[in-house]
Amino acid sequence: MARTSSSHLSNKSPFRTATLWLIWGWLLIFALLPNLLVIAVSFLTRDNSEFISLPVNIDSYLRIIDPLYFDVFVHSLWMAGITTVICLLLGYPFAWLVSKAKARWQPLLMMMLILPFWTNSLVRTYALKLLFANNGLINKTLLAIGVIDTPIDILYTQGAVIAGLTYLLFPFMVLPLYAVFTDLRNDMLLASQDLGASKTQTFWHVVLPLTTPGIISGVLLVLLPAMGMFYVADILGGSRNLLVGNIIKNQFLDARDWPFGAAASVLLTLAMAVLLLAYRASSRRIGKTDFSEVA
Amino acid sequence: MTDSPVNVPVTATPSHANSSSDNPDIIDIRATDVLLQLTGLKKTYDETEVLTDINLNIKRGEFLTLLGPSGCGKTTLLRLIAGFEQPTAGAISLEGVQMAGLPADKRPVNTVFQQYALFPHMTVAQNVAYGLKIKKVSKDEIQTRVRDMLAMVQLEHLANRKPQDLSGGQQQRVAIARAVVNRPKLLLLDEPLSALDHKLRLQMQSELKRLQRELGITFVFVTHDQEEALSMSDRIAVMKDGKFQQIGTPIEIYETPANLFTAKFIGETNLFKAEVKGVYPQQPDRDGQVTNGRIEVEVCEAQAQDGPTTLRNLRRPNFANEVQVGDIVNLLLRPEDLRIYEADDNTHSGLLGRVIESNYKGSTLDSIIELHNGHIIKASEFFDEDDPSFDYKLNEAVKVSWVDGWEWVLPDDNSVNDKTDNESDSDIYIGKAVSTTVQKDIS
Repeated sequence: MARTSSSHLSNKSPFRTATLWLIWGWLLIFALLPNLLVIAVSFLTRDNSEFISLPVNIDSYLRIIDPLYFDVFVHSLWMAGITTVICLLLGYPFAWLVSKAKARWQPLLMMMLILPFWTNSLVRTYALKLLFANNGLINKTLLAIGVIDTPIDILYTQGAVIAGLTYLLFPFMVLPLYAVFTDLRNDMLLASQDLGASKTQTFWHVVLPLTTPGIISGVLLVLLPAMGMFYVADILGGSRNLLVGNIIKNQFLDARDWPFGAAASVLLTLAMAVLLLAYRASSRRIGKTDFSEVA
Repeated sequence: MTDSPVNVPVTATPSHANSSSDNPDIIDIRATDVLLQLTGLKKTYDETEVLTDINLNIKRGEFLTLLGPSGCGKTTLLRLIAGFEQPTAGAISLEGVQMAGLPADKRPVNTVFQQYALFPHMTVAQNVAYGLKIKKVSKDEIQTRVRDMLAMVQLEHLANRKPQDLSGGQQQRVAIARAVVNRPKLLLLDEPLSALDHKLRLQMQSELKRLQRELGITFVFVTHDQEEALSMSDRIAVMKDGKFQQIGTPIEIYETPANLFTAKFIGETNLFKAEVKGVYPQQPDRDGQVTNGRIEVEVCEAQAQDGPTTLRNLRRPNFANEVQVGDIVNLLLRPEDLRIYEADDNTHSGLLGRVIESNYKGSTLDSIIELHNGHIIKASEFFDEDDPSFDYKLNEAVKVSWVDGWEWVLPDDNSVNDKTDNESDSDIYIGKAVSTTVQKDIS
């Protein structure tokens, strides 16, 4: 699409050249180089005075397979996965309903979804802590209306972490879904009905396949950040509900084991890459090749 | 011919001498073979009546076109037949079975959508197979029917492509194949050619006609393009403000429009107002046959001219209200019906005017003539190589006339005089529809 048309614009203007240099320079220095550094560090050896030193080895990667860390990784993936599923189950109908709302209400509804971003997410996580605490608003209310006799444990549970992650990441699920639902033409649904399909059949055969890029995009935007948001686990999860992000943070800041932290980080990036490829494959399947359109 | 919007007498198209004479198949199909019957159909959105008392019988195997300006209700009518919407009142019966109340997926009717609405995540073959798959037709049968259908629209070689990789005309054919493969009793087409360029549109017009003949499926075709309607249809239903204005064969609609709206909407029209000077009803003519009688009129433009004016002797029209002496009637003349003479030609009488534009069109010479009272008319003459004077200088003085009997007479109907444009803003039409229905309810 846009790719073919831009390749024809090869006339050299100074502004164009400068812009290209700036963009490439920026990407090289602030995106590619740090990532290469992280990858390089992950293959080095821990050093107490200089942080890192030679020789090159794969010890860090071997240590991650160690059951202790592997359990954390699996538990982290579990919590992030549950978060993603909840976000999807809530976000899918939410995005559909917003896309069906009257056109003049839609910007307002989306605005309300985005509004919490104006407050720092760390502050909002502390706010959740106040809600979840034993003497917090939720327990107080439940006690007051007589549902429970003693405060229930919400804070420092797996549930609190999942709730916090869901709360923070929900908009990232809705945004790409909303984009695919606004693209979903109503006459597709009518055509399916016209050809004899019931509402359920239309959902499985037409709506779901056509919104899959949005689902994958939303999963991508929720699952990986969910595994990395260490401060949510720190504030709401206590010591037993760690995320991969916590391991990485601990290795860099507390244990001072840079190669190991870097290796964990590289694995997380790899997981992202795998999901990205899955997304690309699926979007090509329905004829949408422009990644940026949805993500 | 009726002079008011046709609402009730629909199946029995007036047996005009020249009606559908070139298609004997259509004449044989009579009211006994009605496929779809619409009676008293009404649709209201938020107090606005979009369709008012629609009555129509569609015959088996017929190519019927719903024609009208945007906002006239033709697409709404199609959606009611398809089952995407339910009527506020009235009945839709297909082969005697009540359809109103049934959703679209339960009706043996398929639609070709304006933007095709092909599923982008399926191949061409999967798109065509969709309806059969939903109906749980056996795999083998699906394969054969899809293959045959794609052969029919000449797209076998593209069966495994995605619709978005196809050209507009090819997508159009996939859309038709996807609908027709289900063997619907009725195929609805919602302006299916509007997205194509002119040349492709003409090609698809004849292809659609061919498909319709080969398949024998009844087509209901919606368009706002009157040329398309004239060239493709067995019958045309002209719509305006949610009502039928006239239903008839293309020839009837063009030659004997029921009212001024139809006259102006279909083709190009010159209107002359004339005053009735004499009425001579039902006299036996020379052969002793009773005819409808004659009227004598004086064209209003001629009245203002100097010198003696000639009365024109015309067939007496069948108006709802009998024509009286002193009435004003409209004489309708197509551009090709007009004759143009030089101003000093004393052998012919006619309306004086001057040529303000002359366009050579190859086979015809189209001239715009301003009559001396400012009335602008259009004439279209076949080119005559033997006539040395067959071309006009700008501002050349001419006389305009026609052969008596070539005109079509309509009553003076003020309500449609202001509507000449084909594509009026839909809001205006909806506004009009409201006011007319309100008046109706009171009376």
